[in-house]
Amino acid sequence: MNLLLLLDMVAAGRGDEVAVQAGEDRLTAAELLAAAWAGADLIGGASALAYVGTNGLAFPIGLFAAAAAGVPFVPLNYRLSDEQLHDLLAPLGDTLVVAEGDAAALAARGHRVIAAEDFVAAARTGGAGDVPADGEGEAVLLYTSGTTAAPKAAVLRHRHLAAYVVETVEFAGAGPDEAVLVSVPPYHVAGLANLLSNLYAGRRVVYLSQFDADAWVAAVRREGITNAMVVPTMLARICDALEAGGDDLPTLRALSYGGARTPATVLERAMRLLPDAAFTNAYGLTETSSTIAVLGPDDHRAARDGDPVATARLGSAGRVLPGVEVEVRDPLGAPLPEGEPGEIWVRGEQVSGEYAGRDAPLDASGWFPTRDRGWLDADGYLFIEGRSDDTIIRGGENIAPAEIEEVLLRHPGIAQCAVVGVPDDEWGQRIAAVVVPRPGVSLDAAEVQDFARRSLRGSKTPEIVSFVDALPFTETGKLLRRVVQADLLPS
Amino acid sequence: MELRPGQKLHSAVCDAQVVVVRAPSADVALACGGAPLLADGEEGDGTATLDASLGDGPLLGKRYVDDEAGLELLCTRPGKGALTVDGRALVVKGAKPLPASD
Repeated sequence: MNLLLLLDMVAAGRGDEVAVQAGEDRLTAAELLAAAWAGADLIGGASALAYVGTNGLAFPIGLFAAAAAGVPFVPLNYRLSDEQLHDLLAPLGDTLVVAEGDAAALAARGHRVIAAEDFVAAARTGGAGDVPADGEGEAVLLYTSGTTAAPKAAVLRHRHLAAYVVETVEFAGAGPDEAVLVSVPPYHVAGLANLLSNLYAGRRVVYLSQFDADAWVAAVRREGITNAMVVPTMLARICDALEAGGDDLPTLRALSYGGARTPATVLERAMRLLPDAAFTNAYGLTETSSTIAVLGPDDHRAARDGDPVATARLGSAGRVLPGVEVEVRDPLGAPLPEGEPGEIWVRGEQVSGEYAGRDAPLDASGWFPTRDRGWLDADGYLFIEGRSDDTIIRGGENIAPAEIEEVLLRHPGIAQCAVVGVPDDEWGQRIAAVVVPRPGVSLDAAEVQDFARRSLRGSKTPEIVSFVDALPFTETGKLLRRVVQADLLPS
Repeated sequence: MELRPGQKLHSAVCDAQVVVVRAPSADVALACGGAPLLADGEEGDGTATLDASLGDGPLLGKRYVDDEAGLELLCTRPGKGALTVDGRALVVKGAKPLPASD
């Protein structure tokens, strides 16, 4: 099924309601569909439409214009240098680039560039066409965050994204007063899923051009926001802003979080500061068209009420969505019984697993190796331990950094920490903890090690402890472990 | 008629339009209001009439399934004629609403 058909349904059913909004600029679903056709004319005969910018109306118009033109939409990180952008654009062939800000450097390199505001203005004149139904075409190319390797473009076809939306979202299921605040970046799969799911649900999509905690809180209050999705680093900053400003968020009914592992300390604080909001943890990957497992509001409420099983499950990604299958396998590919950690494999209509210009890593039966490690409990709750590549192997023992990080974050003097393996002749790897102390707190290595040893076995106690002012995170809350690791090695 | 996922079909007797989400492996007779559904671009001869005794027409955004045939359709335009496959009425796919994760 084609994404444009999903928009066409919304335009037919709730076409007069505001669908997307950025500042005071608004488009109804019917206007967005008309803008998509006019945008498709601007694409002309180009083979792709790239977008380099923050959140705004150019993103939804660009996505659907590309669908109307039958070419892939390629949102790129606007923080990249012109050199990096050129490297990502070059293999796409003849591409129209919609860019915010100064696009002269890209134009000078031979790319056809149109300013985002000009693209939006021209698209708003409107157009029409025959809505395609076919889902086989490439809808979006998304560069994965590449925290462990060079970035590569995941190919999401219309049928993958449409399957995710149709399988998980009730059409027009949102009430007329519902509005979602989107502050995740447009070049991340969450930005794409936020738009598609909420549009299909009939929920007004309000864009924040880029995340800032005070602006986020102000927008929730000003726009009567009922729903939002944030990554863990955003959630922590929202908590800071709520505590500093003393604001409550009476309209916010549902807050979902994901994109990276959320420390228990951050989640507990958010649930305390927003007692009336329904919390949902979403786990997914770019290659799986976003979410594949959710831990829902009922699980969060049970944990808040002190249920010990539910409390343990707060550390899980919840249960797998309908239409998605999960297997935990050993290194030889054999399925493991519940409770045993291994690599997580997934299969389903929304799972692409395809990368531009490479062989798809799906196995013969359509299973995709996520390269995440985890395990399933007796009731099908999926616990994620982290990336397989991040697993520390010390003396033959597999150690998940997240387990040690969760313990260290309980220390009142520790604000953030990263646990990584460093090469060691005797043990293969040794465990190193890089710690950001809270402001005004002085810590030494022995105290951190003593604290860890009280909850963990000796073999899991960090042997190296160093202190830094800040840790490197991506904009979507992923810790750049290879940077942390590199900084620990002798140069 | 042989169906494939992503295929658009429309009613010969009302405004209903559907898209095939899951296609049966065998040929099936798919109808709306008693008249065969038409493929995209295909026009009826104008002689078909709506058989209202078959039930209510599809609602926009609802999914309709028949487990026996292994068929699932998504309604992209509502209409008056009831959807049937090999004479059996398609049923609305009832799904437990999921929490909004986006």
